[in-house]
Amino acid sequence: MSTVTNVIKQSLAGLRAMLVLTVLVGVLYPAVVWGVGQVAARGQSAGSLVSSGGRVVGSSLIGQQWQGDEWFHGRPSASDYAGDTSGGTNLGPGADPDAEVAKRAEAAGLDPSTAPADALTASGSGLDPHITPAYAVAQVERVAAARGLDVARVEALVEAHTQDRIAGFLGQPRVNVLELNLALARLSAPGAG
Amino acid sequence: MSDTASGLLTIAVLVAALAAVHVPLGTWMARVFTDTRDWRVERLVYRLCRVDPASEQRWTTYAVAVLGFSVVGVVLLFALIALQGVLPFARGASMNLDTALNTAVSFVTNTNWQSYAGESGTSPLVQTLGLTVQNFVSPAVGLAVAVALVRGLARSSGAEIGNFWVDLVRGTVRVLLPLALVGAVVLLLGGVIQNLTSPTEVTTLSGGSQVVQGGLVASQEAIKELGTNGGGYFNANSAHPFENPNAFTNLLEIFLLLVIPFSLPRTYGILVGDRRQGWAVLGFMATLWGLMVAVVTWAEVSAGSGPLGGLEGKEVRFGIWPSALFAASTTGTSTGAVNSMHESFSPLGGGGVLFSMLLGEVSPGGVGTGLYGALLLAVLTVFISGLMVGRTPELLGKQVGRREITLTALALLVMPALVLVFTGIGMVAPLVSSQMLANGPHGLTEVMYAYASAANNNGSAFAGFSADTPYTNLTLALCMFLGRFVPIVLVLALAGSLVAQRRRPVNAGTLPTHTPTFTGLFVGVAVVVTGLTFFPALALGPLAEALS
Repeated sequence: MSTVTNVIKQSLAGLRAMLVLTVLVGVLYPAVVWGVGQVAARGQSAGSLVSSGGRVVGSSLIGQQWQGDEWFHGRPSASDYAGDTSGGTNLGPGADPDAEVAKRAEAAGLDPSTAPADALTASGSGLDPHITPAYAVAQVERVAAARGLDVARVEALVEAHTQDRIAGFLGQPRVNVLELNLALARLSAPGAG
Repeated sequence: MSDTASGLLTIAVLVAALAAVHVPLGTWMARVFTDTRDWRVERLVYRLCRVDPASEQRWTTYAVAVLGFSVVGVVLLFALIALQGVLPFARGASMNLDTALNTAVSFVTNTNWQSYAGESGTSPLVQTLGLTVQNFVSPAVGLAVAVALVRGLARSSGAEIGNFWVDLVRGTVRVLLPLALVGAVVLLLGGVIQNLTSPTEVTTLSGGSQVVQGGLVASQEAIKELGTNGGGYFNANSAHPFENPNAFTNLLEIFLLLVIPFSLPRTYGILVGDRRQGWAVLGFMATLWGLMVAVVTWAEVSAGSGPLGGLEGKEVRFGIWPSALFAASTTGTSTGAVNSMHESFSPLGGGGVLFSMLLGEVSPGGVGTGLYGALLLAVLTVFISGLMVGRTPELLGKQVGRREITLTALALLVMPALVLVFTGIGMVAPLVSSQMLANGPHGLTEVMYAYASAANNNGSAFAGFSADTPYTNLTLALCMFLGRFVPIVLVLALAGSLVAQRRRPVNAGTLPTHTPTFTGLFVGVAVVVTGLTFFPALALGPLAEALS
C-alpha cells in the first residue's frame, strides 16, 4: 500500500472515530450526568440558588458586591463580582503592594496594619463567596451601628455563620457573606435601615 | 487546628488515596491494553469506523493514525468554534479566527491553553461537543502512545506495536469514561453545576444585579482533571466556585488529575513482566512531585507573612496550603487547571511551578505523556550511566544503540528548543513586551511561562500576560503542536526500533534498572538536564526577582 493511500485511509478512519466518539462522550456522557443531577442533586445542578421573599437573590456559591454600611462586605474583586467575567487581578510580587493595599484598606475602612489579609487581597475568581471569620468580626461594629442593632446580637450571628474546616481539616474556617447577610436581613427586617 | 496541621493532613489523605487506588487502577489498565476480547460497544465503534481491531500496526502506520486522528480533530474543532455563531445555543459567544485556531490546537494537544474567557468565548455547544470530547480523546491518544512504547520494550523481535484505534477506543471506553462518570457525579453532589439554562440576571439583596452562569460544567470538570487537560469552563478555571465549590471538591480534583499518571508505572511494570521496574518509575515521579510540592508550599507559606498575607489570587475556602498543592500538581501533570492565580504567587512559588513544567512534565506528567516522558529519561539515564561504568547501555534487555539514543535525545530537545527560542524572540520583539503586565524579571517570567506552558502542553498561565493577539496565538499554537507531535512521532519510532530487537537475558554486565540507586540516578539526570538547560533563563526571571 502506498504512503498516500495509507494516510488517506487512516485519516478517514480518524474522521469516523471522531464522530462516533463525539456521540459517546460529547452527547451521551453529559446527558447521563445531567440526568443524575436532575434526580439526585437538583439544587446543586441549578447552581445552589438562594431566595429571599420569594425571589432568587443569587447563588450561595458566588460572592456579590455589597453596597452600604448595613451589610457585611466581601473581599476586593478584580471584576467587582460581575458574574459574567471571572478572574484575579494578577497583581504580581514585583508590583508595589503598599499602594494597592492602602487603596483597598481605605475602601474597606480598615487600618492596613491590623486588617485581616483577605480584606486587602482580591481572590483568584473575583467571585469568592467567603471571608475569614476575622474579617467578619472586624465588620460587626459598623454593621450593628448602621442597623441600630446590639453588637452582641450581630456577633452571635457571625459566630453562628462561621463554618469550620470540612471534616475538621479540609480548607479554612470561613463565613459565607450572602448567607450571613440573609440572616441579618431576617433579624432586623421590621425596622430595617 | 492550625493551617500547617490541616495542610499536612490534606496531603497525607491525598497520598493515602493515591496509594490505595493506583494498585487496582494500574492492574486494570494493564488488562485493558492486553485483553484479547472486545466489549460489545467497542465492536460497534469499530464497525462504524470501519477498522479491523484484530490487525496490528507497525510504528509508521501507528504514527500516521495518531497524526491523522489529531489533524482531523483540529479541523473539526476549529470549524465548530468558527461556526458557533450560526449554530444552536450561540448565546453571543465568539472568537477571532487566530484565537479559534489556537484553541483548537490547544485542546487537541491536551494543552488547554486558553487565550479566550470561557464565559464569552465559547457557546455551550462548543464546550460540550468540542472541548469535552477533546478532553476525552486527547488523553486517550497520550495513553495509546505510552502503551505502544511499553510494547516496544516488552515484545521481542517483532514489527508491530499494537493497533492505535483499539488503544484509543479502549482507553476512552474502559479507563476514562467510567472514572469521569464517577468523578462528575461526586463533583455534582459537591455543588458543581450541570444545567442547560442560559446566564440569568438576578437582583441582589442590596439592590444590585448579578449574572448567574449556567452550563454543563460537572461533566466537563471531571474529565478536565482526570485527563490532565485543564481547560476551565469559566475564565477563573478551578478557582471559580461553580467549578470548584469547596475544599472537598478541591481535594477530589487534585486526586483526579494525579491518579492516572501515578497508576501508569504499575501498568508498565505488569506489561514488561517485572513490577519492580514500575516501582522505580513511580519512585522517580513521586520524588519529583514531592520536591515540587515542598518548594511551592514553603514559598507560599513564607509569603503569607508579607503585606498581602499570600492571599492575593487565592480563595478563602481553600487557603494557602491547598492552593500550593494544587499548583504543584497541576504543573507537574501537564494539566494546567488552576485554583489560584500563579502570577500572584511569590517569586519562588511562581518560579517553582514554572520549573515543575520545565522538568518536561514527568512529575508525574500527563496521561500517557508522563510515562513515555519518564521512559525517555530512563533511556538517557542508562546511556549516561553505561558510559560512566563502561557497560553496554540497555533497558530491559533492549540495547540503547545509536538509533535509540538519537531518537531519545531529539525527543527530549524539542521542548527546551521551543521554549528558549520563542521566549528569546518575545524578549526582543516590541509586540510581545507590550503584552506583559509586569516589567523586569517578572515580565520575563510571564513570557517564559507562556511558552513553557505551550511547549509542555500544560496550559496554565501567568494570566496577566495578554496572550490574545495574532502573533502570540499563532506562535503558541505552533509550540503546542510541535511540542506534542514531534516527541510522539519520535517515541513511536523508538518503539519500532526497540520492538525489532530480541530481548537479551540479564547477565553480570547488566545495569539493574529497578534499584533505588537507579531511581536516584534517574532523578539526578532529570534535574541536571533541566537545570543546565534553563538555569540562565531562570536566573534572570524568578531567581533575580526573589533576590531583589
